[in-house]
Amino acid sequence: MENTSRPFYAALVVLALVLLGWGMQAAHAEGLAFGLFAFLTIGGGLVCIWERSVVRSAFSLLATFSGVAGFYVLLGADFIAVAQILIYVGGILALLLFGVMLTPPDMNERKLTRVLSGLGIVGAGTFWVAMKVGGSANWVVDPNLAEIASRPKQIGVGFLAMNLPDGEPGYVVAFELAAILLTVALVASVYIARRKKSDLEEPALEGGNA
Amino acid sequence: MGIEAYVAVSAALFALGIVCILVRRNILYVLFGIEMILNAANINFVAFNRFNGDGLEGRMFAVFVIILAAAEAAVALAIVLNVFHLFHSVTPSEVDRLRE
Amino acid sequence: MGFFDLTFEPDRDFRLLLMALFLPLVGYVIQISVGRFLPRKGDWLLTTGMGLAMIITVRGLFQAISAVSAGEEFFHNSKDAGIGFSWLYSSGVGDGVQNVVAGVLYDPLGAALFAVVGVVSFLVHLFSTGYMKGDRRYHIFFANISLFTFAMLGLVLSDNLLFLFIFWELMGLMSYLLIGHFSHDPDSHRINHAARACKKAFLTTRVGDVCLFIGMMMFYNEFGTFDFKGLWEATTNAVAANGGEWPAWMTVAGLFVFGGTVGKSAQFPLHIWLPDAMEGPTPVSAMIHAATMVAAGVFLLGRTFPMLSPDVLGVVTAVGATTAIFAATIGMTVFDIKGVLAYSTISQLGFMVAAIGCGGIGLVAGLFHMVTHACFKACLFLCAGSVIHGCHHEQDMRNMGGLKAKMRTTYKTWLVGTLALTALVPIAGWWSKDEILGATRITNMVWGSEILLALGVLVAGMTAFYMWRATYMTFGGEHRGEGEPHESPKVMTIPLQVLAVFSIFIGFVGIPDGTFGSAKTNWFEGWLHHWHLKGTPGAEMVWPLAIIATAVAFAGFFVARGMYRGSDGKDPLPEKLGGVWKLWNNLYYIDAFYLFLVKRVQQGIAKACWFFERWILIQGVINNLSQAVRVTGDRLRRVQTGRLGGYVTSFMLGAAIVALLVLLQVGLLSGGQASAGGK
Repeated sequence: MENTSRPFYAALVVLALVLLGWGMQAAHAEGLAFGLFAFLTIGGGLVCIWERSVVRSAFSLLATFSGVAGFYVLLGADFIAVAQILIYVGGILALLLFGVMLTPPDMNERKLTRVLSGLGIVGAGTFWVAMKVGGSANWVVDPNLAEIASRPKQIGVGFLAMNLPDGEPGYVVAFELAAILLTVALVASVYIARRKKSDLEEPALEGGNA
Repeated sequence: MGIEAYVAVSAALFALGIVCILVRRNILYVLFGIEMILNAANINFVAFNRFNGDGLEGRMFAVFVIILAAAEAAVALAIVLNVFHLFHSVTPSEVDRLRE
Repeated sequence: MGFFDLTFEPDRDFRLLLMALFLPLVGYVIQISVGRFLPRKGDWLLTTGMGLAMIITVRGLFQAISAVSAGEEFFHNSKDAGIGFSWLYSSGVGDGVQNVVAGVLYDPLGAALFAVVGVVSFLVHLFSTGYMKGDRRYHIFFANISLFTFAMLGLVLSDNLLFLFIFWELMGLMSYLLIGHFSHDPDSHRINHAARACKKAFLTTRVGDVCLFIGMMMFYNEFGTFDFKGLWEATTNAVAANGGEWPAWMTVAGLFVFGGTVGKSAQFPLHIWLPDAMEGPTPVSAMIHAATMVAAGVFLLGRTFPMLSPDVLGVVTAVGATTAIFAATIGMTVFDIKGVLAYSTISQLGFMVAAIGCGGIGLVAGLFHMVTHACFKACLFLCAGSVIHGCHHEQDMRNMGGLKAKMRTTYKTWLVGTLALTALVPIAGWWSKDEILGATRITNMVWGSEILLALGVLVAGMTAFYMWRATYMTFGGEHRGEGEPHESPKVMTIPLQVLAVFSIFIGFVGIPDGTFGSAKTNWFEGWLHHWHLKGTPGAEMVWPLAIIATAVAFAGFFVARGMYRGSDGKDPLPEKLGGVWKLWNNLYYIDAFYLFLVKRVQQGIAKACWFFERWILIQGVINNLSQAVRVTGDRLRRVQTGRLGGYVTSFMLGAAIVALLVLLQVGLLSGGQASAGGK
């Protein structure tokens, strides 16, 4: 660990303690879990920004995505939590790591002041807006968490039905759209990333890309 | 936990994503930043769904965002590889031929 | 024996007629696409197709004759039989949506012209297989002439003004292509002449076409229909509603419609294209002068006759008479063998138009003359073609002569055609011309029928003079040209003979009733009379008139004989006429006047327009505008830095502004609780 990183990681530990403590004090067990997930999420993001090595940054995102998955569980969205872990942690992250492996490491100096000032400005702004919105409406909490957790079935039905059992329109059109989007993206990415014939015949002089 | 807590975490993650794009000089960090922003949005969707009575819309949206992110990551990675192949650089500010 | 059954059965016969119409079109499509790969370049295919079409057209004519002589009404519209082609849907003048349905109108007038077109076109096709042999664009020529025929057949069958106009325009295009046939042949020494001639023909007839279009639209605007039948009825009603007086707008519209005739039928002052149209191959000239084009103009007058007010008819007569005398005088001074025939055509067309303007029986006489003229003029033109062919493409009569012995068949047929045209003996032209002269009695022209009559007789004399002048110069005396003239092949002379036979006998269908006792002799009048001329007195033989006209024609003949018999190629006429000759030989300076109009006046206006466009529109407006756009673009380009950070920052700023606006909108900035959200 480099010298300049020490204060950063110290600050990270402080952040963890603060979050966990605030959670405990706010709502005991659930709050403790919330604090843990919040720390994973925000801490992962911070490490991602801070770390010089792209590999470390990428792995730090593992923490962020897992933390978000934890929030989903807390919010009763089990299905999405599982999807998050499967797709994000298992898929997207693996993809990003591929990218990391195929490109050279980024050893550019990053300035603490820049990071802090950026975080300060953007964070303050978004935080303010979020608080305004979050604290504004008359939010209604559905008390029946068990009932909500059983909704994966409903999601499945909703995706594949033109009409839901309660008469509301289903999401099948959106589902098909997503399918088309995925197909197009797949074809496009294969097309973009493919090696041209000429590249194969003449091996690139520079190594560097695996 | 109240909705404010989730919205606050979401806002923090969003800010982190933006800063990630702004301060790091590597295309991959742009991708990281975008993923963070999308996750921030997703937290909000699911949270609003939870705190807005019954209904599925929020979660449906979340699923779509995940699908979108997957597609985006695949295409973006392909672009990154191609850009690196062409310019031998992954610094966005150096990839500005379109400007001419 | 359905085919020989002469009762008109709509179901069968309209299909036959349409078959005759579309055979040339199908032939055209085949010929233009694969014609050059066929044996003999496909001429047999089109000629056979045209022959089939001719059989149908002639059969239709016999149907009409048999029906009318049995005293039946012969007026068939395919729409009544449910055969129609719905084409344009447009909001009509009246209530609701109107639909232009094209159908076939088959009445004696149409049947007569339909048959003439079929026969002449077939013979021209046959003639062309010999005449055009060795031409570079042989297959194209056949394709074009087939489409030309299609256009004319369609025009004759149209039951509405709009479709007549469409075919009319198609014919204009085809005449352009055919007159300019040699303009694509680098071997032809007249390549530039041909190019100029087809341009001239196209542009001149265009003036008439625009007039016709305006007139057509005026009628449509008022009556809301294109159908001839509907237009005739509407006209009758409109005149009745106006207390028997013709509304003024109908006179204007009628004049515009007549403008179409002036252009297509080469009436003064738009006659200038027809003599130049001689630059086309001779079979084309025969088509234009006999069956198509010029006949279309006269046919249009026949179809729209009930819609023309008396004032219009007066103008029609005046224009026709002027054209007749005017072209006849020029015709006496021309040396080109086809030129003589061209001016003769213009003159005869003037005759027809003048007769139609006289109204009533004049209409029948004019149309009768159109039919007889088609026969003998086609014969004469094909003879001229044969002569030109035999003289190795020499057209100047001063370099001909002595062909009587060399080209026996051509000479004989030419003689028949000339006799028919100059009305010396009672064949074709004699009957029709006398009927026209007789019809001048009923003109309503201000300057009276006497002058008209005198003009007609005078023109008859002139016609005899210039035709016999051409005959003596071409066939009499010794051969003066280079090379040895030879008779044309059979495939060319047989059409001549057929047409000569027609020229002799076609006149007999129109002998006025009462000429030979009480026998019914005027078949032609018989069919046309029922049409929309019921109650008009029929043509009668005015013996004094006929004798005077024939005597004058004989006078013209003898003068020509005296001057040109044994001609040595020199024309004594210029010395005798002096300044008048110069005026006539220069076509009354009308072409020169048009040239001046185009070169000075129109070019001057064009230059002014060019100046305005070049320096004010382009330089002043467009260039400055493009400059402004370019400068703005250059400035805006700097916004695109290519720096990702800049983009993200501006995106964030934008997002912040949007967020602020939204918050303002829902009133959150003032601290209150929003009503939105939650259920």
